[in-house]
Amino acid sequence: MEVMNETATLTNKDKFLSHFDLVDFSMDEDFSSDVRKEAMELIQWLDFPTSKAEYWKYTRVNKIIKGDYKISTPENEIEIDLSVPTKNCIVLINGYFSEELSFFDKTEGIEFSSLSHAKKSSSILKEKFNSLVKKDEIFADINTAYHQDGAFMHIAKNVQSDEPYYILNLVDDSNIMSNPRNFIFVEQGANAKAVLKTINTGNTGSFTNMVSEIFVDKNAHFEINKIQDEAEDSFQIATEQVVQADDSTFKINTFTLNGSIVRNNLNIDSLGKNTMTYLNGLYPLKGKQHVDNHTYLLHREPNGESHELYKGIIGDSSTGVFNGKVFVHREAQKTNAFQSNANIVMTDTATINSKPELEIYADDVKCSHGSTTGQLDEEALFYLRARGLSKDSARAVLVNAFASDVIDQIGVEAVKVEIEKYIDDNYQGIK
Amino acid sequence: MIKIKNLHASIDGTEILTGINLEVKAGEVHAIMGPNGSGKSTLANVLAGRDEYEVTEGSVDFLGEDLLDMDPEDRSRAGLFLAFQYPVEIPGVSNINFLKTAINEAREKRGEEPMSAKDFLKRVKEKSKLVELDGRLANRSVNEGFSGGEKKRNEIFQMAMLDPKLSVLDETDSGLDIDALRTVANGVNQLKTKDNASIIITHYQRLLDYIVPDFVHVLYNGKIVKTGPKELALELEERGYDWIIKDLEKVSA
Repeated sequence: MEVMNETATLTNKDKFLSHFDLVDFSMDEDFSSDVRKEAMELIQWLDFPTSKAEYWKYTRVNKIIKGDYKISTPENEIEIDLSVPTKNCIVLINGYFSEELSFFDKTEGIEFSSLSHAKKSSSILKEKFNSLVKKDEIFADINTAYHQDGAFMHIAKNVQSDEPYYILNLVDDSNIMSNPRNFIFVEQGANAKAVLKTINTGNTGSFTNMVSEIFVDKNAHFEINKIQDEAEDSFQIATEQVVQADDSTFKINTFTLNGSIVRNNLNIDSLGKNTMTYLNGLYPLKGKQHVDNHTYLLHREPNGESHELYKGIIGDSSTGVFNGKVFVHREAQKTNAFQSNANIVMTDTATINSKPELEIYADDVKCSHGSTTGQLDEEALFYLRARGLSKDSARAVLVNAFASDVIDQIGVEAVKVEIEKYIDDNYQGIK
Repeated sequence: MIKIKNLHASIDGTEILTGINLEVKAGEVHAIMGPNGSGKSTLANVLAGRDEYEVTEGSVDFLGEDLLDMDPEDRSRAGLFLAFQYPVEIPGVSNINFLKTAINEAREKRGEEPMSAKDFLKRVKEKSKLVELDGRLANRSVNEGFSGGEKKRNEIFQMAMLDPKLSVLDETDSGLDIDALRTVANGVNQLKTKDNASIIITHYQRLLDYIVPDFVHVLYNGKIVKTGPKELALELEERGYDWIIKDLEKVSA
């Protein structure tokens, strides 16, 4: 029987990988080609995860890997009004860089370009590319082996920037598989903010497999806001690999607004002392959406602090998964780590699987974690209605209030407005 | 203003109100007193439209409309206000913003323009002064972290903001110290006009020293068993409820 199973799985994998047969990656730079080859080797030894693997217990990838995909070619002529509220935006279409739609307000000390451009010119990319990605994760390896393009961001030492840098990943056709790959390096003492947004213009059956490597150097501050607005029946797996050096601050806010199956793998390695880390997430789900947030934060050195807050509004027949792990190494004394996951279940058919985890090997730490799941407070609903708010308004008010502490964490005003509007628009008419 | 006829209501199959008859006219203040478990709070909640209670018999006419047929928000918009016995804490919802939404939704229903921000803030300032509610409390999340007295003052503040025709005050006095009680009563008295009315539900006579009722009703076993002038409250304070209950037993025996 086991042999049979193995044969079946291999067939799936072969079929999936055959999508890449017609794509020519030979124009790549040498160092990048080598990395691709290595990843292709690794893929040979790996299989797609089943729900037997603890890491993938609540998310089945079958639907994703059985899709009939096509790999797009670079498009030059596309008419779309992106109206991005920034002076700096890299636009990727179906995985490829769009020169036409991207724009950049040239600033001293900031490099913001396509990954393919940076491969030709950046020494830091050459040195660090793919150094953070886990080698035993098949989806990350697939991205390494078959990525088309992505964004490259390099903030030089002590450069302070208030302007948000947008990376827009646009899918504009059906059944598109894309593997965008981003690389962000924030040097010592620098300060920057970015927005990583996926937009799918209403097409079906696409799969975005995105990987971002993020380096936050000593005393640097970096915030990234991730907005996932996939089409209703499209899939996304997004992996962020982050390292933090001494005295650095890193914040990531993840907003999953749409997508049939969305899986986030967020891995933060706090290598330095006295680091500050914020991980926030909001997943307002509807229909049959399945959204899985896996976070892993490793405190390796003393005096680190982390705050994790994930909130879900689980509607219709959707499923939310939260698995957040904080690992405190035995060297990481005086760590303060706080983790919280709260969910509102809106219907009888909505499901949430929540698993906050702490693994602590240091003895002088302050750590807490908690998970709550409940319905909208009936007493509060009645109170608001007794004051004259309609049932819908009362619910909208309570949902907004629930989401507000995550939204308050957003440091980019335009993103804050966008998410607030999304919540307002989507919870006015809920049943 | 309101005519309650033979009102029966139950919760989880247990009948709590067993035939209430009460009429309140504009300009009147009615006090409803009674021992614990007599159905005072049930009456308040049924009037406000809490759906855990099932009305099994009777009718309530409010300004010519069938009150029992209306959703809680429509009752509020029609001019009914319930000051809660236990005001709910709602973290993350601003006291001011939700009142603004409430007022403007009601205006929209009546086909009126929304209140301007300037007029609204003027009203907030004026009405919070009335109950000596600290301006900061008015701007905070609804009742979050408020003391017992602040919560009750916030109820009267909301009442002042919404300007109802009929206010039902459900044990607004319980748990208040004398200063808070005076403030709350003073607020209620200042809001009184010849066109509005209130039903004051209380366990203690003390409140009625400050808000003088036109009628006092005694509720017992889900029915009004005695009605009298304001002096009845004093008598109840002195003699308790037992004598009324005994009188009742004599009648039925």
